Amino acid sequence: MASIEFVNVTQAFDKNVIIQDMNLRIEDGKFTVLVGPSGCGKTTLLRMIAGLDRQTSGSVLIDGKDVTSIPPGQRGVAMVFQNYAIYPTMSVRENIEFGLKNNKVPKEERTRLVESISETVGLRPYLDRKPSTLSGGQRQRVALARAMVKKPSVFLMDEPLSNLDAKLRVQMRIELIELHKQLGTTFVYVTHDQVEAMSMADTIVLMNEGRIQQEAAPETIYRQPSNLFAAQFIGVPPMNIGKLGTDGVSFGFRPESGVLSDERTGAHYCVKGTIVTREMLGSETIYQVKTGPHAFMIKCTEDLFTADREVYLSVDSDKLFFFGEDGSRIAPNDRRVDDYLRALRGNVYV
Amino acid sequence: MILPAMTGIILFVMYPIFYLVKLSLYQYNLLNKDKSKFVGLNNFKEIFSRDDFYNALTITVIYTVGVVVLTMALSLLIAVWLSRNTRINAIVQAGIFTPHIISIVSIALVWMWLMEPNYGLFNFVLKTVGLPGLPWLQSSSTSLMSVIIVSVWQNVGYYALIIVAALKSIPPTIYEAAALDNASKFKVFTKITLPLISPQLFFILIIMTIGSFKVFDTVKMMTGGGPNGSTTTLVYYIYEFRTNSIGYASATGVVLMAIIALLTFVYFRLLSQKIHYQ
Repeated sequence: MASIEFVNVTQAFDKNVIIQDMNLRIEDGKFTVLVGPSGCGKTTLLRMIAGLDRQTSGSVLIDGKDVTSIPPGQRGVAMVFQNYAIYPTMSVRENIEFGLKNNKVPKEERTRLVESISETVGLRPYLDRKPSTLSGGQRQRVALARAMVKKPSVFLMDEPLSNLDAKLRVQMRIELIELHKQLGTTFVYVTHDQVEAMSMADTIVLMNEGRIQQEAAPETIYRQPSNLFAAQFIGVPPMNIGKLGTDGVSFGFRPESGVLSDERTGAHYCVKGTIVTREMLGSETIYQVKTGPHAFMIKCTEDLFTADREVYLSVDSDKLFFFGEDGSRIAPNDRRVDDYLRALRGNVYV
Repeated sequence: MILPAMTGIILFVMYPIFYLVKLSLYQYNLLNKDKSKFVGLNNFKEIFSRDDFYNALTITVIYTVGVVVLTMALSLLIAVWLSRNTRINAIVQAGIFTPHIISIVSIALVWMWLMEPNYGLFNFVLKTVGLPGLPWLQSSSTSLMSVIIVSVWQNVGYYALIIVAALKSIPPTIYEAAALDNASKFKVFTKITLPLISPQLFFILIIMTIGSFKVFDTVKMMTGGGPNGSTTTLVYYIYEFRTNSIGYASATGVVLMAIIALLTFVYFRLLSQKIHYQ
């Protein structure tokens, strides 16, 4: 169990600055997910915790202790790599055992640990197999078991599910949540997939271009995104954004907040538009509605409309978000919001 | 479809081998073919009863062991050093590969000059640092060692290059996983690096053993099998009988072929379990 802290950390490779003066605290025992588009610096952050790359300046603290000069093997962290990085020449047992051997754990203890862990992850029948004979999901479990067996205080995972097929990914997601509950240790999980972040995280750290955009619980990030980037990164489809036309302000609403109807409604924002595309996904249907310069994605639980139809799109005033010119969100109790709501009302394209 | 390839193989590989075996059973007369006579296994009996054959075999084995062990160890060492990507390494890599593209004849001549006991560079260096000079190729006690040195020098760059390629194909995350597993440098090398490059090392071992058993050009150029037969390897031994006793030479050739086949077979049996093919 350990908390992790970044204090004024800068990371640069040659002259390429990836992360500049970052401050971040990852809480003890929490499932923290670092999420962001590729190249945003999330893996760099993870590798600094592991000690695989040394930060250019600043300090990384694990449990309040500066670990900058401590080698990766002695930080009490374990990592699951994207490509698993299983030792191909060793059997499953040897793979799991390798870290224990290096830490001079006695033989009986080792055998006991390996057997109980392999039981947990369902690898017991495969202990004497070579990794090349295992399936992707089984290799994933070897990587997990190898990390778990060391009883680390911090679990680091670098997109561990991205090489699995969709079905297995959903299953492993649930297993990881359960694993975290069981172990109660600090998990730091890196992904570019916002669905994984939303489903597993206690806290999401949303990053873009080396900066933290928002750091909050999944529901907070979804309901109160702090800026345009957060609003458009989290959620499928992302938040609809349109230009208001005054002060460079944008307005936005979630696809499920839009209501489609044949008749004009009394909602605060109501515009006429044409359905361009329809995607029937089973439990829900996603329409793309074109109105004036905008194309909005609307998620409906009922499948009432067909493509190329004229409809009215309505959004209630409490479901509308406003973002300033710099992209940051304007709080709903801000004085300007009333003006913007009024401006939006007149913003109707026929 | 395979006819052209098969024609080539039959004409240039199979036929010579069978002809070699046939010759080995004859007392062959080059001047008058009609005087050649079939002698059965007599040539082989003679081979195994002659001391000079065993002498040649011993020399060949010593030469092979020396060259294989030294070349493997050195090329592995150099490769580990070269696999780090620096600008100097690119130049060094090209440098150590150069001996491989130079004709062994030129190499042998240059080294003979370097090893010349009175005016050669090596003895000059030895004397400057206060050590006694060596007779190198001129004495039966040092001649084989000298030939081994030249062969190792010529081969090391090529094999180092193969090992460098193998080392570079190991994914870096495996080393990172090992670092997180708190593995010492020695353990990483013996438990991860070596097993992962074992197919290439095995290949080098076999190719070099075969090559060394068949060594001829270096010996021919540098010592001519001497002094006093101290560098007469098997192939040179065969060469010495090229005119007066073709049947006997062929029989020795067959024996050499058998030895190499046997060695390769033994290697596969002993080592194949230790090789990790991905």
